[in-house]
Amino acid sequence: MTPNNNSRREFLRLSSLSGLGLMLGVSSFAKNASIVKLTEEALQLEINPFIIIDNLGNITLVNPRPDMGQGSTQAVPSLLAEELEVSLEKVKLIQSDGKSKYGSQTSGGSSSVRELWEPLRKAGAAAKEMLTETAAKRWGVSVDKCYAEDARIHQRNSDKSFSYGELADEASKLPIPKNPKLKDPKDFKIIGKTKPRLDVPDRVTGKAVFGMDVDVPGMVYAAILHAPAIHGKIVSIDDAAAKKIPGVIKVMKAERPMPHRTSEAVAVIATNWWAALKGKKALNVTWDNSGLDKMTTDSYFAKSYEAAKAEGINFEEKGDIDQALAHAEKTLEAVYETPFLAHAPIEPENAIAHVKENGEVEIWAPIQGPDWALRDVAGYLKVKPEQIKINVFLLGGAFGRKAYHDFLLEACFLSKELKKPVKVIWTREDDISQGPYRPGMLSAMRGAVNGKRIAAFHHHAIGESINRQVFNGLKDHEVDDWITGELSAENHKYNLPVWKLSWSNVKTDIPIVWWRSVYASNFAFGQECFMDELAHAAGVDPIEARQGILQDARFKKVLEVISEKANWKEKLPAGQGKGVAVFKSFGSISACCVTVSKQSDGSVKIDKVVSVIDCGWHVNPDNVKAQTEGNIVMGLTAAIKPGITYAGGMAQQSNFHDYPIMRINEAPEMDIHIVNSGEVPGGVGEPGLPPVAPALANAIFAATGKRLRKLPIDLNEV
Amino acid sequence: MAVYNLNVNGKKVTVDVEPDMPLLWVLRDFAGLKGTKFGCGMALCGACTVHLNGQPIRSCQTPVSSLAKSAKLTTIEGISDGVTLHAVQQAWIEEQVPQCGYCQSGQIMSAVALLKTTPDPSDEDINSAMSGNLCRCGTYDRIRKAIHRAADLSKTSGGGSQKVGKAGGK
Repeated sequence: MTPNNNSRREFLRLSSLSGLGLMLGVSSFAKNASIVKLTEEALQLEINPFIIIDNLGNITLVNPRPDMGQGSTQAVPSLLAEELEVSLEKVKLIQSDGKSKYGSQTSGGSSSVRELWEPLRKAGAAAKEMLTETAAKRWGVSVDKCYAEDARIHQRNSDKSFSYGELADEASKLPIPKNPKLKDPKDFKIIGKTKPRLDVPDRVTGKAVFGMDVDVPGMVYAAILHAPAIHGKIVSIDDAAAKKIPGVIKVMKAERPMPHRTSEAVAVIATNWWAALKGKKALNVTWDNSGLDKMTTDSYFAKSYEAAKAEGINFEEKGDIDQALAHAEKTLEAVYETPFLAHAPIEPENAIAHVKENGEVEIWAPIQGPDWALRDVAGYLKVKPEQIKINVFLLGGAFGRKAYHDFLLEACFLSKELKKPVKVIWTREDDISQGPYRPGMLSAMRGAVNGKRIAAFHHHAIGESINRQVFNGLKDHEVDDWITGELSAENHKYNLPVWKLSWSNVKTDIPIVWWRSVYASNFAFGQECFMDELAHAAGVDPIEARQGILQDARFKKVLEVISEKANWKEKLPAGQGKGVAVFKSFGSISACCVTVSKQSDGSVKIDKVVSVIDCGWHVNPDNVKAQTEGNIVMGLTAAIKPGITYAGGMAQQSNFHDYPIMRINEAPEMDIHIVNSGEVPGGVGEPGLPPVAPALANAIFAATGKRLRKLPIDLNEV
Repeated sequence: MAVYNLNVNGKKVTVDVEPDMPLLWVLRDFAGLKGTKFGCGMALCGACTVHLNGQPIRSCQTPVSSLAKSAKLTTIEGISDGVTLHAVQQAWIEEQVPQCGYCQSGQIMSAVALLKTTPDPSDEDINSAMSGNLCRCGTYDRIRKAIHRAADLSKTSGGGSQKVGKAGGK
């Protein structure tokens, strides 16, 4: 496989094949993005994204959002193509390489369309206006006599037209319009329409190139024996057997650089990865695991339950919760627990690094953010960003995992020692037993009911902070602002007379990181199950109870739609039940309704899942549905399959036999509905996940009367 | 090391490898066929599924030395004739099944094998035949729909009609 070459040199080569044409960049994200022309000088600035219309009419967009299955390779160019009046097929994508001039380049936080919505459409509109003005001048007519369609500027009431390529050079000499006019959404031809994703054919023929599929000349392979107890120290290495394996070149000490600490490791280098893996299995390494016996998930949760009894750091409050509880007709208290989880993308972590003797570094890897990777590689190797070239390939799933660069820095370490390109491939066992993981969390809830009204609500979030561990970014008196944002009344919109939100940080050295939907996947479980408990305590239907304390029109609509589409009010036979949950994350509101039934053998079966999402404006409704289907499967997996547990500093799970993920025979019927609110775009890749687990637990309560407050739920023994 | 003459996708492939090397790594690193994927190394995920004499096998658990001289191997690169897509691939495009797509080579190889023995499968047949193939993106609902669609396509046209490289779909 020949890797992509998307360096600036290549970029200029591409654009100079036919002259420079019209090249535009966008100086910042979000509102008031300004469009700039790309010149030699401008290339040194931080401008994002890049658009080139050359004088053959080729349109190239430097895509700042790697594709891990979320559909950014369609969504991103759609924003440009819509305003530029070209078909999606016309836009060639080049993946950005992490250089700061491309700005933010990380696929994460369901951000692609949210962040690029305004600037990319503006850039497309600006280019269209410049091309239109150029054509109008050539014809000697006013611009309102011209219109853009299918990559050409046409003159009205005539058969005259110019291709964009014929206009590009001249158009580039015009000033950039300050306020290009964006299309009326009613005229959209691409945005909001179901269109096939153009890279699907390559993904069904084996042609798609994932990071795992990349070879570079002269490279060697590494299989790495990571410390079984994650922060264990090497006492001795017996590599006699490993070195005898044909193909093994070398056995060497290595390291696994994580943000919070670096672990020791042993690498086996070989001419092919199978030989390296055999060598790894033949190693006999003695580890010193002293001090790690207390690194267990049991002790972490025990500390967390202790913290639940104490006062946390209060970060939001209305009224006096203690008074409200003291004077309420009914009060409830419950603690909800969510486990540690591995991401387990089917493509295991892998990367090629070449640290050259002249100080230059080249990377080939499936990573979510080349900009973050560049920062991490520069910091780790102590080289300048301009000495690093990053080639990003398709990601075979990521879910947050591939924005954590331990595996990439391992390749850097080995290449620096060996002075040749090194390809590191993790095994599934490495992936599951080494982390980082979604942190396990507790939600300690208190609430009160007066008559048929929910009167008070306290959510105490407890656990390790990703900001603290990954970014060393949380002091003891501070609250992780990703948590405050997610739990805030401003986010959940429940308008209660009295509420309180608080946080306690329980620290651990078990590596953690963001996992699809981040904290929302933990805390939606506590919030939405407890809302169900309060509704039942008030004797009110759970959807009506929520509607009673919501004024926000979008939330109310989403609940209305889920009620209708899930046939919420239908009479169910004994033993069958429906549960609902709603949660807002990454700018989108999603509700889920799960139907379950009790089986004669005592187990519970998931009959159907209905999800509703209001993600505002979105590019491809079919892709919104696809992502939501994926969120249902991943959300159910998180709810019913074993999590990760640690004992003696060691993961107790290693592969799909003891860390199972949902299989097709377990995947229920599902039905997805989109609410077209016409609001600004929200996220799509993550918001469907958080309401799934609470909807399931609430359904089990409805069907069986059993209130389950700890994930995972074993459906065989409810 | 030993020399093996393999028949892969109707072509002779000669490799000089260790006898215990799994077929997966022979295909990927010695035959240059990267469409077959590594996922778990324990035959638990199905990403490495290929056909041995038409039967689906897990290539990560198949030592190259265990293959008979007459073995005919088919990988994702070999199920279409290079001009027209296989009905299963076409159905996969029409239902827009893949998200990341990493597991889909294995999914498609399992589906092709299922339809050979069961041309009109029920949902139960699909669940049973496909339960060895994991998809972390969660495309299962679409896989079921696409297999039904492929069954219909095969009935009407005897195979796919779409040219390789076209997008098609919803």
